[in-house]
Amino acid sequence: MLAIIVLAPLIGALINGLLYASGISKKLTSKPDNKEVISYIACGAILISALLSTYLFINLIKSDPDSRLIVSEFFTWIPSGEMNIKFELLFDTLSAVMAMVVCWVGFLIHVYSIGYMHHDKSYARYFTYLNIFIFFMLMLVLGNNFLMMFVGWEGVGLASYLLIGFWYEDSLKAYAGRKAFIVNRIGDFGFILGIFLIFTVFGSLNYQDVFSKLADPVFAGGISVSIITAIALLLFVGAVGKSAQFPLYVWLPDAMAGPTAVSALIHAATMVTAGVYMVSRCSMIFNMSPIALNVILAVASLTAFLAATIALTQNDIKKVLAYSTVSQLGYMFMAAGVGAYMFAIFHVVTHAFFKALLFLGSGSVIHAMSDDQDIRNMGGLRKMIPTTAITFLIGTLAISGFPLLSGFFSKDEILASVYNSGNTFFWIIGCITAVFTAYYMTRLYILTFEGSPRMSTEVKKNIHESPRSMTIPLIVLAILSVIGGLIGVPHFMSEGVGLSHFPNLIEEFLASSVSMLPHEAPHGSGFHLGHWALVFISIGAAFLGILIAIIQFMVIPNVLSKKVEKGNIIKGLYKGSLNKWYVDEIYNDIFVEPFNDFSRQFSNFDKSVVDGALNGLSDSVKNLSRKMSSFQSGLTRYYAVAMVCGVILIVAVLVF
Amino acid sequence: MYNNILSILIFLPLAGILLLVALPYISKNSDKHLKLAAFFITLVEFVISIPIFFLFNKNSAGIQFEEAVKWFPDIGISYHLGLDGISLLLVLLTTFMFPITVLCSWNAIDKGLKVFLAMILFLESALIGTFVALDMILFFIFWEAVLIPMYFIIGIWGTSRRIYAAIKFFIYTAFGSGLMLIAIMYLYFAHISQFGTPSMDIFDLYKVSLPFDGILSPQGLCFLAFFLAFAIKVPMFPFHTWLPDAHVEAPTPGSVILAAVLLKMGTYGFIRFLIPYFPEATQSYLGVLIVISLIGIIYGAMVAFVQKDLKKLVAYSSVSHMGLIMLGIFVFNIQGLEGGIYQMIGHGLSTGALFILVGMIYERRHTKMISEFGGISKVMPVFATLFMIAMLSSIGLPLLNGFVGEFLVLLGAFKLNYWYAVIGATGLILGAVYMLWAYQRVMFGKLDKVANQELKDLNFREIGLVIPLIIMMFVMGIYPKPFISRIEPTVKEIISRTENKISYSYKEVSRELTPPSQN
Repeated sequence: MLAIIVLAPLIGALINGLLYASGISKKLTSKPDNKEVISYIACGAILISALLSTYLFINLIKSDPDSRLIVSEFFTWIPSGEMNIKFELLFDTLSAVMAMVVCWVGFLIHVYSIGYMHHDKSYARYFTYLNIFIFFMLMLVLGNNFLMMFVGWEGVGLASYLLIGFWYEDSLKAYAGRKAFIVNRIGDFGFILGIFLIFTVFGSLNYQDVFSKLADPVFAGGISVSIITAIALLLFVGAVGKSAQFPLYVWLPDAMAGPTAVSALIHAATMVTAGVYMVSRCSMIFNMSPIALNVILAVASLTAFLAATIALTQNDIKKVLAYSTVSQLGYMFMAAGVGAYMFAIFHVVTHAFFKALLFLGSGSVIHAMSDDQDIRNMGGLRKMIPTTAITFLIGTLAISGFPLLSGFFSKDEILASVYNSGNTFFWIIGCITAVFTAYYMTRLYILTFEGSPRMSTEVKKNIHESPRSMTIPLIVLAILSVIGGLIGVPHFMSEGVGLSHFPNLIEEFLASSVSMLPHEAPHGSGFHLGHWALVFISIGAAFLGILIAIIQFMVIPNVLSKKVEKGNIIKGLYKGSLNKWYVDEIYNDIFVEPFNDFSRQFSNFDKSVVDGALNGLSDSVKNLSRKMSSFQSGLTRYYAVAMVCGVILIVAVLVF
Repeated sequence: MYNNILSILIFLPLAGILLLVALPYISKNSDKHLKLAAFFITLVEFVISIPIFFLFNKNSAGIQFEEAVKWFPDIGISYHLGLDGISLLLVLLTTFMFPITVLCSWNAIDKGLKVFLAMILFLESALIGTFVALDMILFFIFWEAVLIPMYFIIGIWGTSRRIYAAIKFFIYTAFGSGLMLIAIMYLYFAHISQFGTPSMDIFDLYKVSLPFDGILSPQGLCFLAFFLAFAIKVPMFPFHTWLPDAHVEAPTPGSVILAAVLLKMGTYGFIRFLIPYFPEATQSYLGVLIVISLIGIIYGAMVAFVQKDLKKLVAYSSVSHMGLIMLGIFVFNIQGLEGGIYQMIGHGLSTGALFILVGMIYERRHTKMISEFGGISKVMPVFATLFMIAMLSSIGLPLLNGFVGEFLVLLGAFKLNYWYAVIGATGLILGAVYMLWAYQRVMFGKLDKVANQELKDLNFREIGLVIPLIIMMFVMGIYPKPFISRIEPTVKEIISRTENKISYSYKEVSRELTPPSQN
């Protein structure tokens, strides 16, 4: 059954791919009605996966907490000497949560795409890629060894490359796809080295083998912490690439060149969270290395903060969401960095709901705006596309951490666990980032939907609410964004409101597959904030951000023209943020250009030195033989003289 | 029938040449019939070679399908053929590639078709002979025989600088072979002096032990001679410059055979001769050999990156990939060797496919300059898709053949010294860099060149000849077990044969990493 879950999308992709290739799709798409066939195949394929994983998921919940594990082996993939890597799948609680998110959010986005891509000429190609993506993503989360994860890992990278560059006629989009693939490969480079090290140390790549050896105190005691740290950090390099953390996050904002539904599916809800999944899957490894955890925490906090500062000033609706995604991924890794993997996964889930919602909402806006993405040209859209506006508002509030919405619970638990682990500095950064988040999201909402319309009249004429295939997913995701947090209500909260029996579902569920680092109370100072104080601080942060944005963009009029004329420092900061702190330019100068130069010089070297030496050699042989040939003058006298000289020489050598 | 299958495989193409010679006297529409006849012969050759794969006993490390006939018994030369796990796959790669090559010369050859096809058949005989010969002289004859048809294929049917490229190819590789012949003679006489009987049998010569004391000692010099012969053939950095020239000038079928099969003669030679014959010398220069391989990986990739000619780019990518194969061979543990051998086949498929595809666009546009293209995806979607798959196989995407080989090679390298793997694995990144960059410039972007706008997508024959390659890429990527299991006994045998003489520090590395075992 696990195999069917993974293979169904592949089969869907194959059918649609063949339809595309054989040119049947061209005939079909000339009559719009027949696009339905393609959509049914694609959505049907993923619906099969979704229903089956739900079935298994329910079974898993019903079964005994200690035996929540389904493993199926298929056949040997790479046998070599003592190594025997199999195709094998695993459905444990962690995989189950990820698979549910991938399948159901994926399904909604497939449905949304029917409307969103309706006018596209390459409709079949689009759905082929989308199904391929789901196939690899499921392989990633359901694989039962590190190499299976790597297959999915590279595969989703491929799907992402194909989909970012979907409209390849625009070279900028093709460039964005290529950039994503290459930056991801840099991360994969770390991942594969990590896999080599795991194999060398544990002699296996199977999860159960590796983790049971790690759980064995005798074996684990024999491995030095530095080796575990090396494994953990190499794996984390992979996560940094795939999950767009500093310094490899630069591909994600550019990835917005793809169709918006793709941004929602791959670059917000699922693929980019693969790194979080990987770190959680290897929680046992990371728990053993305090250094690795600290590195994660520091990188994650920096990413969350940096990306949030860039999001403050962006004017492209998708760019704001992209940087917001980077920032939110930073939050997830912050949780992982203090060993609170469950909250990281919890945030993966809630983020999948509200960020997919926001992206799909932005797609709906872009659809209405005749493909304009600049929020300076929007405004007042709430009255024209109300469903999109309301759902977008819900998404905005959820991500800002508005009390009782999904983002509130997950973000609050992350911040609380960072605080409780004693990393007060990173907690403060997290709180500031929360203020920024609330601010830029509110700014985005206001500039898009409130105020007076700023678009040209032509665009305005064409504004219409999206078709039902697009709005229904929005509504479903909005509902999930509201109630999604209930799967992880902390105990002190449910107790606080008198529902002491209301369980923290996700924490209990994940306990069998993720090992959480126990929380320690902060040492040293006697001052310690309690649970509720932390909650109120994060609520405060959310409201502060929302409030500033409302004052700035709704109360003070004409803010758009005024903003830049402030003091020098603020102006400088504003410019820096608007230009993404020039990170792309810096990378270009210190990596890309030198690489180009070196390659060019190597090529010249190849021509002039390596090949030059060879041609020089052959030329000198030619010259030498030309000179030699002059000896063969045909004049007997010279031959006689030479012979005599030779005889004398030989005699001389023999005698002396 | 299969007792003499290797002889049949060698002589069937030669017999086919007679058919080609006779054909114009029989048929009027001879060109078409010539092509069909050549295709038929190579196809029959492939079909009768398939059962070898299944009849091959995968539990045996020994020589199978052996044939031995005394030839010049007085001086110890015999007609001795046989297969082990390594040559098995190379023979099958050869028989698999030739029907495809004939199909892809369908329109590429406009003059002297009969001679051309005869050359191709001759080449097939010589290549198979090279891989199955177990007598040193027999091997050398086949080895040299390969040069002749290839020289003419480049020199007659090539593009503008074909004469330069053909001569460069010929002299460079013949120079290496000349040195090798001297070393063979030395080995032969050493065998006589050590065992009293003359023998050119490859396995008899394994027993010869030459004194080793630095590069100027007998073993050192013989090592150097063999090394140069094989290193030029592979080609390893810095002996590679004949390859881009040969590829750029050669007609498509020539490039395909050159990249897919001919280069493997060098890597085959390393495994079959260099390491077993000169274990002490190999051991001494192991570090150097590995470093040269690593340089080749990175250097080849970076030079490929800036090429303006698509074919030259693929040629330099070959330099990079062959570096990876050499790395696998020189790390000399199970994973490294198996990965190296696997990658020989894998590289044959993916680079062969890439050259075929480049040839197809060349036939349409008569240029290979990358800057002349752009937006080809739009007019040739099937071509773009097939190119994409071949490219992904070349850059080692999992579930395609390239990944399995690269993974094993790098794992083997990691076990020896993790820095080897770190440097080798940067090749994975660089591969993506130059390949995707080239792909983007050719396939993506605006279709702004007028000459490109009317391009026709691949026809039935063209799709048909690439599809088998694509299928094999997936098969070898998803289910490598039948292949690896046939290589493994031979690899283990090679390692154990030289175990006493070549000791590796990787055992120490592993011990350092792995805690004491508790059973």
